Amino acid sequence: MRELPWPAKVYSVALNLAAVFLLAHCVLVAGWMDRVEWPTLLVLALLFLVCESVPTLLNVPQAAVSVSYSAALAAVVLVGPEGAALVGLMAVLSVRPGLPLVKRLFNGAQFVICGYAAGWAFETAGGVPGLPQITDFPGILIPYGAATAAFVVINVVLTATILLLVGGVGRHQVALRSIFQFLGSYVGYATFGLLIAGLWATVQSISTVLVLLPLFVARWALGHYHAEQRSYDATIAALCQAVETKDYYTRGHCTRVSAASSMIAEEIGMGTERLRAIRYAGMLHDVGKLGVPTKVLQKEGKLTEEEFAAIQLHPMRGLEIVRGIDFLDEAFAGIMHHHERHDGKGYPMGLAGLEIPEFARIIAVADAFDSMTSDRAYRKAKPLDVAVAELLKNAGTQFDPIMVSNFIKALGRDGWPLAQTAPEPPGELAETTVKDHDDPTMPIQVVSER
Amino acid sequence: MAAPRSQGLDSGQLLLICAAGMLTIAGISHTAAAGLADSRVAIGFGVLIAAGELARLTMPGNREVAPVSTAASLGYALLLDVGGREATQSALQVVAVMSVGMIAGALPHVAVGRPPRLDAMARRLLAGSLLAFAYRPFAHSLYDIARTTGDWWPALGVMALLIAVMLAADVLIAAALRAEQVRTAFGVAVRDEFRMAAPLGAAVAASGMLLALASHSMDLTALPAFAAPLLVTQVAFRKYAGIRATYLQTVRALSRVTEVGGYVEPGHSRRVSQLSIAIGRELGLSEPQLLELEYAALMHDIGQLSLRDPIPGGATVLTDPVQARRIAELGAEVIRQTGVLHGVADIVRRQCDPVGEAPPIASRIIRAANAFDDLVGASTDRDRAAAALDRLRLDGGTEYDAAVVDAMARVVDRLMTRL
Repeated sequence: MRELPWPAKVYSVALNLAAVFLLAHCVLVAGWMDRVEWPTLLVLALLFLVCESVPTLLNVPQAAVSVSYSAALAAVVLVGPEGAALVGLMAVLSVRPGLPLVKRLFNGAQFVICGYAAGWAFETAGGVPGLPQITDFPGILIPYGAATAAFVVINVVLTATILLLVGGVGRHQVALRSIFQFLGSYVGYATFGLLIAGLWATVQSISTVLVLLPLFVARWALGHYHAEQRSYDATIAALCQAVETKDYYTRGHCTRVSAASSMIAEEIGMGTERLRAIRYAGMLHDVGKLGVPTKVLQKEGKLTEEEFAAIQLHPMRGLEIVRGIDFLDEAFAGIMHHHERHDGKGYPMGLAGLEIPEFARIIAVADAFDSMTSDRAYRKAKPLDVAVAELLKNAGTQFDPIMVSNFIKALGRDGWPLAQTAPEPPGELAETTVKDHDDPTMPIQVVSER
Repeated sequence: MAAPRSQGLDSGQLLLICAAGMLTIAGISHTAAAGLADSRVAIGFGVLIAAGELARLTMPGNREVAPVSTAASLGYALLLDVGGREATQSALQVVAVMSVGMIAGALPHVAVGRPPRLDAMARRLLAGSLLAFAYRPFAHSLYDIARTTGDWWPALGVMALLIAVMLAADVLIAAALRAEQVRTAFGVAVRDEFRMAAPLGAAVAASGMLLALASHSMDLTALPAFAAPLLVTQVAFRKYAGIRATYLQTVRALSRVTEVGGYVEPGHSRRVSQLSIAIGRELGLSEPQLLELEYAALMHDIGQLSLRDPIPGGATVLTDPVQARRIAELGAEVIRQTGVLHGVADIVRRQCDPVGEAPPIASRIIRAANAFDDLVGASTDRDRAAAALDRLRLDGGTEYDAAVVDAMARVVDRLMTRL
């Protein structure tokens, strides 16, 4: 593991010290050792260990968030803040090979602090630790809610802080968003803790098995979901690239347009779902191009109107292909209209300004940008600043000025990591075309037949 | 998968729906006559069943499930007491609450034009009723043991046993229906259904018992407390089912690029994949194998995208073997780029291998289906199909697997009769 920056080190040491102080305080509290139910504490600690050892991997970089705190919250109800703190300490021992000691200590400290704070909140809100009786329900929901809130808030704050200190601001924003997204499911899992505690009086430890089973099934399904999702993304990219293999120079165009589109979309503050959709839309925007006969793309000089019409048809062809994919929805409009122009002189419908769907306005900018910054058979790739100048020149005529300015802002901050410099095509094997319908600096010339 | 839904209900499904309908009537009329015992509890569980039915989802293979509704039904059937007061509902009352809850939960779907799968609903109702009829007679004695000795283990054991029996019965019913619906062997269908039902079934069973036990110590607070976690499970499954469906749709859609590019006849990939799946079912392939087969069949011509110009007509049965083999290699290379679909890539790569080289069964199926479609196309002419089959048989089992061709003959015969 890479060396931690010094603020993160200080932070993690401080957290560890706080946890040690808390634990010492718990154990030394007068008479606690005699009052505590050791078997209950032991089973809960074991349960916590099992949960902690198989964390759900969320899409948050570096932070594997586990649902083990349902055990910690059950401990809050059954054995009080001191017990919850001790249960949280088990995170240090979790069976996860390759987890560095620093992280183990950090996790342990964090769970000790969260557990104790939740216990404190539980007691403050009027809860009494111990086996819940029938008469405690539903009144117990209030202190339990307070405990959950304290636990989740402190957990999120502590984790977000370390992410911020380790990873810098940009990543912090992404991580934070994902954390909030999963907050809902955390609350769902938290009620498992209440169930464990509530059932303890009836069937003791078997309650943990009954409670764990749906939990693991949910995790199993989520794991499969993430695996399928990754597999899906890889497949869609591979198939789009297969469409491009015919033309040597446009290889990788779809992935780069997808990346650039999502940069713009993120910059204008699109939500997660739409962001996902525009990534796919960018990826798929040119699948209809295969319907354009190769001889049209390879023709030197001007095209006849009929040949140009074949090119103009490709967004519709693309739409026709992907129409069977239900979830794309808004992406359809993006694919169909990605060659509309801001001044209404584009194709296929000749929409203008805000009539053009937002997705299409974004893809149009990304598409032209990648075309200009990639090598073509008839010219070398243009440098970034030339391409940006070209975008600015055409903003308001071809492109939506808002999208252009947002793209330039994002480029200025993050750069363009995907700039492609294709090596010379390996001789006769590769096909090249002499035209690129996406290139705004080389508009396709059409001879009028009238 | 070619879902033959639109062809109406077959006899097994009708039988099931009739049985469920009769049960519903018996349950409701009995309850109306005898009065609702412990109405507060009945309403609480009924509402949860309705909510679960509202949040039903469709799992891969067009299987409709409603985990929350099923778990609530199980919980109500297994209930011993609520907060210390014994639960006295009869099995018929359980049936009545279940059916009313299910119908109430289905109504909003019907209102927006998404009718429920009647057979799936009937199955859910039957499974719950089965458990209720088996368990309710013991409920009183089990509760007595638990109350006097404070020992809940006998009750827990009976619950677990009966739920296991019920789930097994449900899997068998589902498999019988599926075998009839998609014409696959019963044994294969049982294995498929079990694989699909096991994880969700375990979660639902545990939640149902949890609910019955939790009602003892937590009163009706158990209902919301229990519903939230199972909803999380359901969300996970919904996401999983969603991506599976999207995946299939996407591969189906993108397999058409070869048609748009003029490399193959319109509809070729789709027809080859449908025929391949039918043959695969006939030969007893399991569902995961069928999925790989479908992906491979849809993408079997994707290698042609790397060719300079389309082969005229795209009929790879008429192209020379060297060229066909190259297309297969190029296609496998494209699929290998995904980094995940290794099995599919292998099937595509070996789609031209003669039988002697022992290619995977899926490759042999695709090879025969592809040749058949090249010869027959979209035509539904019996004589033309028969001629094509004869031509495939003529080769005597060196290029085309004789068992596959025989299975294809049966499938084609069935399809032609249906038209």
